[in-house]
Amino acid sequence: MQGAFAEHVKALESVGARTRLVRTREDLDGLDGIVLPGGESTTMTMLMERVGLLEPLRRAIDQGLATLATCAGMIVLARDVTDGMAGQQGLALLDIAVRRNGYGRQVDSFEAPLHIEGMDGKTFPGVFIRAPLVERTGDVEVVASYDDHPVAVRQGRILALAFHPELSGDLRLHREFVRMANK
Amino acid sequence: MAQANGNGSVTGSFKVKAGLAQMLKGGVIMDVVTPEHARIAQDAGACAVMALERVPADIRKEGGVARMSDPDLIKSIMAAVTIPVMAKCRIGHFVEAQVLEALGIDYIDESEVLTPADEENHIDKHTFKVPFVCGCRDLGEATRRIAEGAAMIRTKGEAGTGNVVEAVRHARAVNAGIRKLQGLNHAELVHEAKQIGAPVEVLAECQKLGRLPVVNFAAGGIATPADAALMMQLGVDGVFVGSGIFKSEDPLKRAKAIVAATTYFDKPEVIAEVSAGLGEAMRGLEIPAIPKEELLAARGW
Repeated sequence: MQGAFAEHVKALESVGARTRLVRTREDLDGLDGIVLPGGESTTMTMLMERVGLLEPLRRAIDQGLATLATCAGMIVLARDVTDGMAGQQGLALLDIAVRRNGYGRQVDSFEAPLHIEGMDGKTFPGVFIRAPLVERTGDVEVVASYDDHPVAVRQGRILALAFHPELSGDLRLHREFVRMANK
Repeated sequence: MAQANGNGSVTGSFKVKAGLAQMLKGGVIMDVVTPEHARIAQDAGACAVMALERVPADIRKEGGVARMSDPDLIKSIMAAVTIPVMAKCRIGHFVEAQVLEALGIDYIDESEVLTPADEENHIDKHTFKVPFVCGCRDLGEATRRIAEGAAMIRTKGEAGTGNVVEAVRHARAVNAGIRKLQGLNHAELVHEAKQIGAPVEVLAECQKLGRLPVVNFAAGGIATPADAALMMQLGVDGVFVGSGIFKSEDPLKRAKAIVAATTYFDKPEVIAEVSAGLGEAMRGLEIPAIPKEELLAARGW
Protein backbone atom coordinates (compact mmCIF):
# COMPACT_ATOMS: atom_id res chain seq x y z
CA MET A 1 0.00 0.00 0.00
CA GLN A 2 2.72 2.40 1.07
CA GLY A 3 6.27 1.94 2.33
CA ALA A 4 9.39 -0.04 1.56
CA PHE A 5 7.76 -2.78 -0.51
CA ALA A 6 10.26 -2.62 -3.41
CA GLU A 7 13.15 -3.46 -1.07
CA HIS A 8 11.32 -6.58 0.21
CA VAL A 9 10.52 -7.64 -3.36
CA LYS A 10 14.19 -7.40 -4.23
CA ALA A 11 15.31 -9.35 -1.15
CA LEU A 12 12.68 -12.08 -1.65
CA GLU A 13 13.45 -12.47 -5.32
CA SER A 14 17.15 -12.81 -4.60
CA VAL A 15 16.36 -15.81 -2.38
CA GLY A 16 14.27 -17.40 -5.11
CA ALA A 17 10.69 -16.37 -4.26
CA ARG A 18 8.14 -15.04 -6.73
CA THR A 19 6.34 -11.92 -5.55
CA ARG A 20 3.26 -9.82 -6.20
CA LEU A 21 2.21 -6.46 -4.72
CA VAL A 22 -1.00 -6.70 -2.71
CA ARG A 23 -3.25 -3.67 -3.09
CA THR A 24 -6.71 -5.24 -3.40
CA ARG A 25 -8.38 -8.22 -1.72
CA GLU A 26 -8.13 -10.22 -4.98
CA ASP A 27 -4.33 -9.92 -4.78
CA LEU A 28 -4.44 -12.08 -1.62
CA ASP A 29 -5.63 -15.17 -3.52
CA GLY A 30 -3.15 -18.01 -3.78
CA LEU A 31 -0.35 -16.53 -1.67
CA ASP A 32 2.01 -18.72 0.39
CA GLY A 33 3.15 -15.78 2.46
CA ILE A 34 2.78 -12.03 2.84
CA VAL A 35 5.11 -9.22 3.93
CA LEU A 36 3.75 -6.27 5.87
CA PRO A 37 6.55 -3.78 5.14
CA GLY A 38 7.87 -0.73 6.90
CA GLY A 39 6.21 2.57 6.13
CA GLU A 40 3.72 4.68 8.03
CA SER A 41 1.39 2.40 9.98
CA THR A 42 -1.37 5.03 10.11
CA THR A 43 -1.25 5.50 6.34
CA MET A 44 -1.22 1.76 5.62
CA THR A 45 -3.99 0.90 8.06
CA MET A 46 -6.22 3.69 6.82
CA LEU A 47 -5.73 2.77 3.17
CA MET A 48 -6.39 -0.92 3.86
CA GLU A 49 -9.56 -0.07 5.72
CA ARG A 50 -10.81 2.29 3.01
CA VAL A 51 -10.41 -0.27 0.25
CA GLY A 52 -11.77 -3.18 2.29
CA LEU A 53 -8.46 -5.04 2.55
CA LEU A 54 -8.09 -5.03 6.33
CA GLU A 55 -10.70 -7.73 7.14
CA PRO A 56 -9.73 -10.19 4.36
CA LEU A 57 -6.08 -9.78 5.39
CA ARG A 58 -6.91 -10.40 9.04
CA ARG A 59 -8.78 -13.59 8.09
CA ALA A 60 -5.96 -14.82 5.87
CA ILE A 61 -3.27 -14.32 8.52
CA ASP A 62 -5.52 -15.72 11.24
CA GLN A 63 -6.00 -18.84 9.12
CA GLY A 64 -2.24 -19.37 8.91
CA LEU A 65 -0.89 -17.31 5.99
CA ALA A 66 2.87 -17.02 6.65
CA THR A 67 3.62 -13.40 7.55
CA LEU A 68 6.78 -11.33 7.78
CA ALA A 69 6.08 -7.98 9.44
CA THR A 70 8.75 -5.29 9.70
CA CYS A 71 8.55 -2.07 11.74
CA ALA A 72 5.23 -0.50 10.73
CA GLY A 73 4.06 -3.99 9.78
CA MET A 74 4.69 -5.07 13.36
CA ILE A 75 2.56 -2.15 14.58
CA VAL A 76 -0.27 -3.07 12.19
CA LEU A 77 -0.23 -6.64 13.57
CA ALA A 78 0.12 -5.81 17.28
CA ARG A 79 -2.73 -6.35 19.71
CA ASP A 80 -2.06 -3.11 21.62
CA VAL A 81 -0.57 0.11 20.25
CA THR A 82 0.30 3.13 22.37
CA ASP A 83 0.97 6.58 20.96
CA GLY A 84 -0.87 5.65 17.82
CA MET A 85 -3.41 7.85 16.18
CA ALA A 86 -6.76 8.03 17.94
CA GLY A 87 -8.91 5.26 16.51
CA GLN A 88 -6.01 3.52 14.79
CA GLN A 89 -7.27 -0.05 14.64
CA GLY A 90 -4.91 -2.50 13.04
CA LEU A 91 -5.10 -6.28 12.75
CA ALA A 92 -4.64 -7.01 16.49
CA LEU A 93 -3.44 -10.56 15.77
CA LEU A 94 -0.02 -10.56 17.41
CA ASP A 95 0.08 -10.85 21.20
CA ILE A 96 2.38 -7.92 21.95
CA ALA A 97 2.05 -4.28 22.99
CA VAL A 98 4.11 -1.71 21.11
CA ARG A 99 4.79 1.99 21.52
CA ARG A 100 5.00 3.80 18.19
CA ASN A 101 8.31 5.62 17.70
CA GLY A 102 9.26 4.19 21.10
CA TYR A 103 12.98 4.68 20.44
CA GLY A 104 12.47 8.38 19.63
CA ARG A 105 12.30 10.50 16.51
CA GLN A 106 14.40 10.19 13.34
CA VAL A 107 17.58 11.64 14.90
CA ASP A 108 17.47 8.66 17.30
CA SER A 109 17.17 6.07 14.51
CA PHE A 110 20.11 3.66 14.73
CA GLU A 111 21.96 0.59 13.54
CA ALA A 112 22.97 -2.16 15.96
CA PRO A 113 24.20 -5.76 15.69
CA LEU A 114 21.65 -8.35 16.87
CA HIS A 115 21.90 -11.93 18.10
CA ILE A 116 19.04 -13.86 16.60
CA GLU A 117 17.91 -17.09 18.27
CA GLY A 118 18.72 -20.14 16.16
CA MET A 119 20.74 -18.20 13.62
CA ASP A 120 24.27 -19.43 13.24
CA GLY A 121 27.24 -17.31 12.30
CA LYS A 122 27.71 -13.60 12.66
CA THR A 123 25.31 -11.12 14.22
CA PHE A 124 22.47 -9.67 12.13
CA PRO A 125 22.74 -5.97 11.14
CA GLY A 126 19.67 -4.37 12.74
CA VAL A 127 18.50 -1.15 11.05
CA PHE A 128 16.00 0.69 13.30
CA ILE A 129 14.11 3.66 11.82
CA ARG A 130 11.62 5.42 14.07
CA ALA A 131 11.15 1.90 15.32
CA PRO A 132 8.32 0.59 17.54
CA LEU A 133 9.30 -0.38 21.09
CA VAL A 134 7.90 -3.73 22.24
CA GLU A 135 6.66 -3.06 25.78
CA ARG A 136 4.86 -6.31 26.55
CA THR A 137 4.83 -9.77 25.05
CA GLY A 138 2.20 -12.43 25.63
CA ASP A 139 2.07 -15.85 24.03
CA VAL A 140 4.92 -15.29 21.59
CA GLU A 141 8.49 -16.54 21.25
CA VAL A 142 11.12 -13.80 21.55
CA VAL A 143 13.74 -14.41 18.86
CA ALA A 144 15.95 -11.37 19.44
CA SER A 145 16.28 -8.55 21.96
CA TYR A 146 18.12 -5.28 22.11
CA ASP A 147 18.62 -3.21 25.28
CA ASP A 148 16.32 -5.56 27.22
CA HIS A 149 13.40 -5.14 24.82
CA PRO A 150 12.29 -7.76 22.30
CA VAL A 151 12.94 -6.69 18.69
CA ALA A 152 11.97 -9.93 16.93
CA VAL A 153 9.11 -12.24 17.90
CA ARG A 154 7.48 -15.31 16.44
CA GLN A 155 3.90 -16.46 16.92
CA GLY A 156 2.84 -19.47 14.86
CA ARG A 157 3.47 -18.53 11.25
CA ILE A 158 4.07 -14.85 12.01
CA LEU A 159 7.59 -13.42 12.23
CA ALA A 160 7.52 -9.78 13.37
CA LEU A 161 10.55 -7.48 13.53
CA ALA A 162 11.02 -3.95 14.88
CA PHE A 163 13.88 -3.44 12.41
CA HIS A 164 14.41 -3.56 8.64
CA PRO A 165 16.13 -6.66 7.24
CA GLU A 166 15.25 -5.41 3.72
CA LEU A 167 17.66 -2.47 4.20
CA SER A 168 20.45 -4.51 5.77
CA GLY A 169 21.81 -6.37 2.73
CA ASP A 170 21.62 -9.57 4.84
CA LEU A 171 19.18 -12.09 3.35
CA ARG A 172 19.10 -14.62 6.18
CA LEU A 173 15.73 -13.55 7.62
CA HIS A 174 14.10 -13.42 4.17
CA ARG A 175 15.42 -16.93 3.52
CA GLU A 176 13.93 -18.05 6.85
CA PHE A 177 10.58 -16.47 5.90
CA VAL A 178 10.51 -18.25 2.52
CA ARG A 179 11.26 -21.52 4.31
CA MET A 180 8.33 -20.82 6.72
CA ALA A 181 6.02 -20.01 3.82
CA ASN A 182 6.93 -23.24 2.00
CA LYS A 183 6.17 -25.41 5.06
CA MET B 1 27.20 12.52 10.69
CA ALA B 2 27.18 8.98 12.00
CA GLN B 3 27.79 8.78 15.71
CA ALA B 4 28.87 5.68 17.69
CA ASN B 5 27.13 5.42 21.04
CA GLY B 6 29.29 3.03 23.03
CA ASN B 7 26.72 0.24 23.27
CA GLY B 8 27.47 -0.98 19.75
CA SER B 9 24.78 1.16 18.17
CA VAL B 10 25.27 3.93 15.62
CA THR B 11 22.90 6.86 15.04
CA GLY B 12 22.77 9.24 12.09
CA SER B 13 24.33 6.87 9.54
CA PHE B 14 23.51 7.40 5.88
CA LYS B 15 21.63 4.09 5.95
CA VAL B 16 19.12 5.25 8.57
CA LYS B 17 18.88 8.71 6.94
CA ALA B 18 18.12 7.30 3.48
CA GLY B 19 16.11 4.52 5.14
CA LEU B 20 13.42 6.87 6.46
CA ALA B 21 12.83 8.11 2.92
CA GLN B 22 12.45 4.49 1.84
CA MET B 23 9.66 4.15 4.41
CA LEU B 24 7.87 7.15 2.87
CA LYS B 25 7.72 5.57 -0.58
CA GLY B 26 4.37 5.32 -2.29
CA GLY B 27 3.13 8.07 -0.01
CA VAL B 28 2.11 11.72 -0.01
CA ILE B 29 3.89 14.42 2.01
CA MET B 30 1.68 17.45 2.61
CA ASP B 31 2.50 21.10 3.41
CA VAL B 32 0.73 22.28 6.58
CA VAL B 33 0.75 25.65 8.33
CA THR B 34 -1.17 24.82 11.53
CA PRO B 35 -1.52 21.82 13.88
CA GLU B 36 -5.13 21.55 12.65
CA HIS B 37 -3.91 21.18 9.05
CA ALA B 38 -1.40 18.59 10.22
CA ARG B 39 -4.16 16.52 11.80
CA ILE B 40 -6.26 16.75 8.63
CA ALA B 41 -3.25 15.61 6.59
CA GLN B 42 -2.64 12.67 8.93
CA ASP B 43 -6.34 11.71 8.89
CA ALA B 44 -6.23 11.77 5.11
CA GLY B 45 -3.35 9.28 5.08
CA ALA B 46 -0.30 11.51 4.53
CA CYS B 47 2.94 9.60 5.22
CA ALA B 48 4.59 12.81 6.52
CA VAL B 49 3.91 16.55 6.77
CA MET B 50 6.01 19.62 5.97
CA ALA B 51 5.64 22.27 8.69
CA LEU B 52 5.60 25.81 7.26
CA GLU B 53 4.44 29.32 8.17
CA ARG B 54 3.15 30.01 4.67
CA VAL B 55 2.46 27.63 1.80
CA PRO B 56 4.43 28.41 -1.37
CA ALA B 57 1.42 30.04 -3.07
CA ASP B 58 1.33 32.66 -0.28
CA ILE B 59 5.11 33.10 -0.25
CA ARG B 60 4.85 33.80 -3.97
CA LYS B 61 2.01 36.27 -3.48
CA GLU B 62 3.41 38.13 -0.49
CA GLY B 63 7.04 38.32 -1.58
CA GLY B 64 9.78 39.46 0.83
CA VAL B 65 12.47 37.21 2.32
CA ALA B 66 11.12 33.76 3.15
CA ARG B 67 12.93 32.09 6.08
CA MET B 68 12.75 29.01 8.31
CA SER B 69 9.47 28.87 10.26
CA ASP B 70 9.04 29.87 13.91
CA PRO B 71 10.24 27.00 16.17
CA ASP B 72 7.02 27.32 18.21
CA LEU B 73 4.94 26.62 15.13
CA ILE B 74 7.14 23.65 14.20
CA LYS B 75 6.95 22.26 17.73
CA SER B 76 3.15 22.59 17.82
CA ILE B 77 2.90 20.64 14.57
CA MET B 78 5.31 17.97 15.84
CA ALA B 79 3.12 17.61 18.93
CA ALA B 80 -0.07 17.30 16.86
CA VAL B 81 0.80 14.23 14.78
CA THR B 82 2.59 10.88 15.05
CA ILE B 83 3.80 10.74 11.42
CA PRO B 84 7.22 12.22 10.52
CA VAL B 85 7.46 16.02 10.41
CA MET B 86 9.70 17.83 7.95
CA ALA B 87 10.63 21.52 7.85
CA LYS B 88 12.39 23.80 5.38
CA CYS B 89 15.60 25.76 5.76
CA ARG B 90 17.11 28.20 3.27
CA ILE B 91 19.63 26.92 0.73
CA GLY B 92 23.08 27.18 2.32
CA HIS B 93 21.74 28.30 5.72
CA PHE B 94 23.39 25.65 7.86
CA VAL B 95 22.47 27.36 11.12
CA GLU B 96 18.75 27.16 10.31
CA ALA B 97 19.44 23.47 9.69
CA GLN B 98 21.19 23.17 13.08
CA VAL B 99 18.17 24.77 14.74
CA LEU B 100 15.79 22.35 13.02
CA GLU B 101 17.97 19.42 14.06
CA ALA B 102 17.96 20.70 17.65
CA LEU B 103 14.15 20.79 17.53
CA GLY B 104 14.19 17.08 16.66
CA ILE B 105 12.63 17.47 13.23
CA ASP B 106 12.59 14.22 11.22
CA TYR B 107 13.70 15.57 7.82
CA ILE B 108 15.01 18.91 6.56
CA ASP B 109 14.12 20.27 3.13
CA GLU B 110 16.92 22.57 1.94
CA SER B 111 14.46 24.42 -0.21
CA GLU B 112 14.42 26.86 -3.10
CA VAL B 113 10.96 27.92 -1.92
CA LEU B 114 12.70 29.96 0.77
CA THR B 115 15.08 32.79 -0.10
CA PRO B 116 18.60 31.37 -0.57
CA ALA B 117 21.19 32.33 2.07
CA ASP B 118 24.19 31.35 -0.05
CA GLU B 119 24.37 31.70 -3.81
CA GLU B 120 27.26 29.27 -4.29
CA ASN B 121 27.23 26.63 -1.61
CA HIS B 122 24.59 24.25 -0.41
CA ILE B 123 24.76 22.85 3.12
CA ASP B 124 27.30 20.09 3.84
CA LYS B 125 24.61 17.63 4.78
CA HIS B 126 26.99 14.83 5.78
CA THR B 127 27.75 16.69 9.01
CA PHE B 128 24.15 16.31 10.29
CA LYS B 129 22.39 13.40 11.99
CA VAL B 130 19.06 14.52 10.58
CA PRO B 131 18.46 13.57 6.93
CA PHE B 132 17.93 16.13 4.14
CA VAL B 133 15.79 16.25 1.03
CA CYS B 134 16.80 18.60 -1.82
CA GLY B 135 15.19 19.71 -5.06
CA CYS B 136 16.55 19.15 -8.56
CA ARG B 137 15.77 19.98 -12.17
CA ASP B 138 17.95 17.35 -13.82
CA LEU B 139 20.41 14.54 -13.14
CA GLY B 140 23.42 16.81 -12.67
CA GLU B 141 21.69 18.79 -9.94
CA ALA B 142 20.34 15.62 -8.26
CA THR B 143 23.78 13.99 -8.13
CA ARG B 144 25.45 17.15 -6.77
CA ARG B 145 22.93 17.22 -3.91
CA ILE B 146 23.50 13.52 -3.20
CA ALA B 147 27.27 14.10 -3.10
CA GLU B 148 26.66 16.84 -0.52
CA GLY B 149 24.77 14.28 1.58
CA ALA B 150 21.11 14.56 0.57
CA ALA B 151 19.38 11.30 1.59
CA MET B 152 16.33 12.00 -0.58
CA ILE B 153 15.70 13.96 -3.78
CA ARG B 154 12.61 15.63 -5.17
CA THR B 155 11.88 17.47 -8.39
CA LYS B 156 11.71 21.22 -7.90
CA GLY B 157 8.73 21.75 -10.17
CA GLU B 158 7.46 25.29 -9.72
CA ALA B 159 6.09 25.55 -6.19
CA GLY B 160 2.92 27.45 -5.43
CA THR B 161 1.61 27.45 -8.99
CA GLY B 162 -0.75 24.45 -8.98
CA ASN B 163 0.76 23.79 -12.39
CA VAL B 164 2.42 20.40 -12.81
CA VAL B 165 4.29 21.20 -16.03
CA GLU B 166 7.66 21.99 -14.41
CA ALA B 167 7.60 18.89 -12.18
CA VAL B 168 6.98 16.81 -15.31
CA ARG B 169 9.86 18.53 -17.07
CA HIS B 170 12.23 17.86 -14.15
CA ALA B 171 11.18 14.23 -13.64
CA ARG B 172 11.60 13.54 -17.36
CA ALA B 173 14.99 15.25 -17.37
CA VAL B 174 16.24 13.01 -14.53
CA ASN B 175 14.88 9.91 -16.30
CA ALA B 176 16.46 10.93 -19.61
CA GLY B 177 19.77 11.64 -17.88
CA ILE B 178 19.80 8.15 -16.36
CA ARG B 179 18.77 6.46 -19.62
CA LYS B 180 21.65 8.19 -21.35
CA LEU B 181 24.13 6.49 -18.98
CA GLN B 182 23.20 3.00 -20.10
CA GLY B 183 25.85 1.65 -22.43
CA LEU B 184 28.51 4.27 -21.65
CA ASN B 185 31.95 2.90 -20.81
CA HIS B 186 33.86 4.44 -17.92
CA ALA B 187 35.72 7.06 -19.98
CA GLU B 188 32.44 8.17 -21.52
CA LEU B 189 30.83 8.29 -18.09
CA VAL B 190 33.58 10.61 -16.85
CA HIS B 191 32.97 12.84 -19.86
CA GLU B 192 29.21 12.85 -19.23
CA ALA B 193 29.86 13.73 -15.57
CA LYS B 194 31.87 16.73 -16.72
CA GLN B 195 29.17 17.79 -19.17
CA ILE B 196 26.37 17.81 -16.60
CA GLY B 197 28.45 18.84 -13.58
CA ALA B 198 27.90 15.53 -11.81
CA PRO B 199 30.26 13.83 -9.32
CA VAL B 200 31.59 10.72 -11.11
CA GLU B 201 31.06 8.32 -8.17
CA VAL B 202 27.38 9.19 -7.78
CA LEU B 203 26.85 9.06 -11.53
CA ALA B 204 28.48 5.62 -11.69
CA GLU B 205 26.04 4.44 -9.03
CA CYS B 206 23.10 5.80 -11.05
CA GLN B 207 24.42 3.89 -14.06
CA LYS B 208 24.71 0.67 -12.08
CA LEU B 209 21.26 0.95 -10.48
CA GLY B 210 19.42 2.44 -13.46
CA ARG B 211 17.92 5.02 -11.09
CA LEU B 212 18.96 7.56 -8.46
CA PRO B 213 20.63 5.86 -5.48
CA VAL B 214 18.21 7.58 -3.07
CA VAL B 215 14.43 7.92 -2.96
CA ASN B 216 13.07 10.42 -5.48
CA PHE B 217 9.75 12.24 -4.98
CA ALA B 218 7.90 14.71 -7.19
CA ALA B 219 7.15 18.22 -5.94
CA GLY B 220 6.13 21.62 -7.20
CA GLY B 221 2.70 22.20 -8.71
CA ILE B 222 0.84 18.97 -7.95
CA ALA B 223 -2.82 19.91 -7.37
CA THR B 224 -5.06 17.00 -8.39
CA PRO B 225 -5.19 13.21 -7.94
CA ALA B 226 -4.41 12.83 -11.65
CA ASP B 227 -1.32 15.06 -11.25
CA ALA B 228 -0.05 12.78 -8.47
CA ALA B 229 -0.67 9.63 -10.53
CA LEU B 230 0.99 11.24 -13.56
CA MET B 231 4.17 11.80 -11.57
CA MET B 232 4.04 8.24 -10.17
CA GLN B 233 3.68 6.83 -13.69
CA LEU B 234 6.71 8.88 -14.70
CA GLY B 235 8.59 6.80 -12.16
CA VAL B 236 8.90 8.88 -8.97
CA ASP B 237 8.65 7.11 -5.60
CA GLY B 238 6.03 9.42 -4.04
CA VAL B 239 4.75 13.00 -4.09
CA PHE B 240 4.85 16.24 -2.12
CA VAL B 241 1.71 18.37 -2.28
CA GLY B 242 2.22 21.93 -1.14
CA SER B 243 -0.36 24.59 -1.76
CA GLY B 244 -2.58 22.17 -3.73
CA ILE B 245 -4.47 20.82 -0.74
CA PHE B 246 -5.10 23.66 1.67
CA LYS B 247 -5.68 26.17 -1.15
CA SER B 248 -8.52 24.03 -2.50
CA GLU B 249 -12.21 24.07 -1.61
CA ASP B 250 -12.36 20.82 0.39
CA PRO B 251 -8.88 19.98 1.76
CA LEU B 252 -9.70 16.70 3.56
CA LYS B 253 -11.52 15.22 0.60
CA ARG B 254 -8.84 16.33 -1.86
CA ALA B 255 -6.05 15.07 0.40
CA LYS B 256 -7.67 11.62 0.69
CA ALA B 257 -8.17 11.53 -3.07
CA ILE B 258 -4.53 12.39 -3.76
CA VAL B 259 -3.38 9.67 -1.32
CA ALA B 260 -5.58 7.09 -3.07
CA ALA B 261 -4.40 8.20 -6.52
CA THR B 262 -0.78 7.84 -5.41
CA THR B 263 -1.32 4.27 -4.18
CA TYR B 264 -3.42 3.25 -7.20
CA PHE B 265 -1.52 5.39 -9.69
CA ASP B 266 -1.80 2.73 -12.39
CA LYS B 267 -5.55 2.15 -11.93
CA PRO B 268 -7.45 4.83 -13.90
CA GLU B 269 -10.82 3.58 -12.65
CA VAL B 270 -9.76 4.33 -9.05
CA ILE B 271 -8.40 7.76 -10.03
CA ALA B 272 -11.68 8.50 -11.83
CA GLU B 273 -13.67 7.56 -8.77
CA VAL B 274 -11.67 9.65 -6.31
CA SER B 275 -11.44 12.65 -8.66
CA ALA B 276 -15.22 13.10 -8.80
CA GLY B 277 -16.87 15.90 -6.82
CA LEU B 278 -13.75 17.32 -5.17
CA GLY B 279 -14.84 20.94 -5.50
CA GLU B 280 -12.52 23.54 -6.88
CA ALA B 281 -8.80 22.93 -7.15
CA MET B 282 -6.42 25.80 -6.38
CA ARG B 283 -6.60 28.51 -9.02
CA GLY B 284 -3.11 27.94 -10.45
CA LEU B 285 -0.68 29.98 -12.54
CA GLU B 286 0.62 29.71 -16.08
CA ILE B 287 4.42 29.56 -15.94
CA PRO B 288 5.01 32.15 -18.74
CA ALA B 289 2.85 34.60 -16.76
CA ILE B 290 5.42 34.58 -13.92
CA PRO B 291 8.22 37.15 -14.21
CA LYS B 292 11.51 35.29 -14.74
CA GLU B 293 13.10 36.62 -11.55
CA GLU B 294 10.20 35.20 -9.54
CA LEU B 295 10.70 31.60 -10.71
CA LEU B 296 11.70 29.54 -7.67
CA ALA B 297 13.21 26.56 -9.51
CA ALA B 298 16.11 28.70 -10.75
CA ARG B 299 17.37 29.00 -7.15
CA GLY B 300 20.03 26.44 -6.24
CA TRP B 301 23.17 25.60 -8.14
